[in-house]
Amino acid sequence: MSEPPIFEARGLSRHFDVSKPALQRLLSREGRRTLRAVNEVSFAIPRGTTMSLVGESGCGKSTVARLAVGLYEPSGGQALFEGQDLAEARKSAAQRRRMGMIFQDPYASLNPRWRVADIVGEPIRAYGIAEGAGALREKVGALLRQVGLSPADGNRFPHEFSGGQRQRISIARALSSNPDFLVCDEPTSALDVSVQAQILNLMKGLQRDLGLTYLFISHNLAVVRQVSDRVGVMYLGSIMELAPAETLFTTPRQPYTRALTEAIPDLDMVGKDRQPVGGEVPSPIAPPPGCPFNPRCPLANDRCRSERPALIPARGTPETLVACHAVEEGRDSFEARAAA
Amino acid sequence: MPACGDRTLMQPLLQVRDLVVEFPTRRGTLRALDRVSFDIAPGEVLGVVGESGAGKSMTGAAIIGLLEPPGRVAGGSITLRGERIDNLPPREMRKVRGKRIGAIFQDPLTTLNPLYTVGHQLVETMRTHLAIDAAEARRRAVGWLEMVGIPAASERIDAYPHQFSGGMRQRVVIALALCAEPEMVVADEPTTALDVSIQAQVIALLKRLTREKGTSVMLITHDMGVIAETADRVAVMYAGRVAEIGPVRSVVKAAAHPYSAGLMASIPPLSHKVDQLPQIDGAMPRLNAIPQGCAYNPRCPHVFDRCKVERPELLQAPETRAACWLFDSDAPRERAHV
Repeated sequence: MSEPPIFEARGLSRHFDVSKPALQRLLSREGRRTLRAVNEVSFAIPRGTTMSLVGESGCGKSTVARLAVGLYEPSGGQALFEGQDLAEARKSAAQRRRMGMIFQDPYASLNPRWRVADIVGEPIRAYGIAEGAGALREKVGALLRQVGLSPADGNRFPHEFSGGQRQRISIARALSSNPDFLVCDEPTSALDVSVQAQILNLMKGLQRDLGLTYLFISHNLAVVRQVSDRVGVMYLGSIMELAPAETLFTTPRQPYTRALTEAIPDLDMVGKDRQPVGGEVPSPIAPPPGCPFNPRCPLANDRCRSERPALIPARGTPETLVACHAVEEGRDSFEARAAA
Repeated sequence: MPACGDRTLMQPLLQVRDLVVEFPTRRGTLRALDRVSFDIAPGEVLGVVGESGAGKSMTGAAIIGLLEPPGRVAGGSITLRGERIDNLPPREMRKVRGKRIGAIFQDPLTTLNPLYTVGHQLVETMRTHLAIDAAEARRRAVGWLEMVGIPAASERIDAYPHQFSGGMRQRVVIALALCAEPEMVVADEPTTALDVSIQAQVIALLKRLTREKGTSVMLITHDMGVIAETADRVAVMYAGRVAEIGPVRSVVKAAAHPYSAGLMASIPPLSHKVDQLPQIDGAMPRLNAIPQGCAYNPRCPHVFDRCKVERPELLQAPETRAACWLFDSDAPRERAHV
């Protein structure tokens, strides 16, 4: 068998107990309530590639990110790091150092009281990667250079940097333990667009040079298209469509994916009105029965309202996995659209 | 300075002329806005784009008189239908704000008071600015909630802000901004906190309502896609100055100023994958280190000597007006490829 993927999720679930306090429950005769943030999600990320999860807020993409680095424990299913259970893998410092995370908010994720050199050097110290103060300083300087800052910036504090520069510091910190697998939770969504381009180019360059594997979480489909090898579209805790990036963007199959790609404001839309998808994401505490997208879906029928669709290869584009009865039954008129 | 398009003949609703906003600090005075000028015609949607710190929100705050101290208008003028509003005493300004200029901010949760029902807030706003009684105000409040697409408005009117979703809250904020029937709305990043499918709904709503009511909009956002779909004209800001202003199609498709062109190019396309996104190297200068001449000159691929010493005013470019010496017809210069 070939080498196991760097990261694999097998039927991964995470539920949160959001019940009211016991006494209140007793008085109002309510049961416990569970929020199914992530509901039996499966995917694998081969070494050196980028897998992206996209979706709107509350779809569970950030929860998957946290599950993937062990910040949450799964309620069901398994997270595997190179074929080994993640919780087991994280017991060893040697394995732990191989995974890292880049967070969304470069203002909140850097300690304002620490100098940049300490922030970037902390993982090096913690894992004992460099011996002695001189080696540490050298390594920190090299990291700062690698992300496009100068070693002299190490003496400054985070507040002296712009958002983009701070995100470079976060990346330097994530790289400082020589990781193989980085989970990036909305790394550019707090940044300006010209800076976003810089950071995306930097991340792509680092992947090329260091052979990094990324799990990339974003709500921005255009960004996802630029960085991903595979893309999973999440909705209410489930993956609705999982496909190679090019396939997903050229032939989106799930009605939700199609709605999402059509909702994005576009420079080519000057002066045009669009018909937005109606409705909102239902509460994950009380998801609709059947397919989670059925209340907003133009193709929904009785089966969609009662039976949850499985993620299976799509008719017509078998490299796409899609959870949709309409696609399975050929009700999405894909052939007609493909011919058109 | 004439506006572009067929609105030239109309008297502008809002005129901003050489607006200067300064922040006195211990280390000297910072100039956050430096001679910003533009007009907004009645019923027009002016998009204001730029990166964080470019001064777009500051411009909006100056117009609605909500500059945070110690920031102050240090020069220029803001006139609404020919009346100066930048030097009004706070009491007078409160009558303009809400009544004549509405405001929509990014985060609907901080705009709404969590301690009052949305109905209370709508009623209070209308009764402050319009001569109507409580029953009439409540009737109109239900109407506004219906208009912005809140289902079961007559019941939801007594709900508190936290009982609404983010998208619904922003709809309430839009109702709140429009309920006193202002002539103009300053919308500062109104959809930035929302998901794309909800953003599309809110933008469609804002467009429809302001068009119906003939309300002018100053739409401040960093999202060029939103601007492209919504605005009539666009002002691109950089380092506290207007770099370029013109019809939306021209700015998006044929930006003249090298900064606007770079900004448009760095937007990741949805339609195809590119190996390397065009990026503008460096960052916008800090307010205490704005270079002499054109503020963009250290990052500009077309920079020449004059850019480093003399600040360009807005000059006529092919389809827009751009603050760039490349378009100085009195001293023409061979343009490289723009």
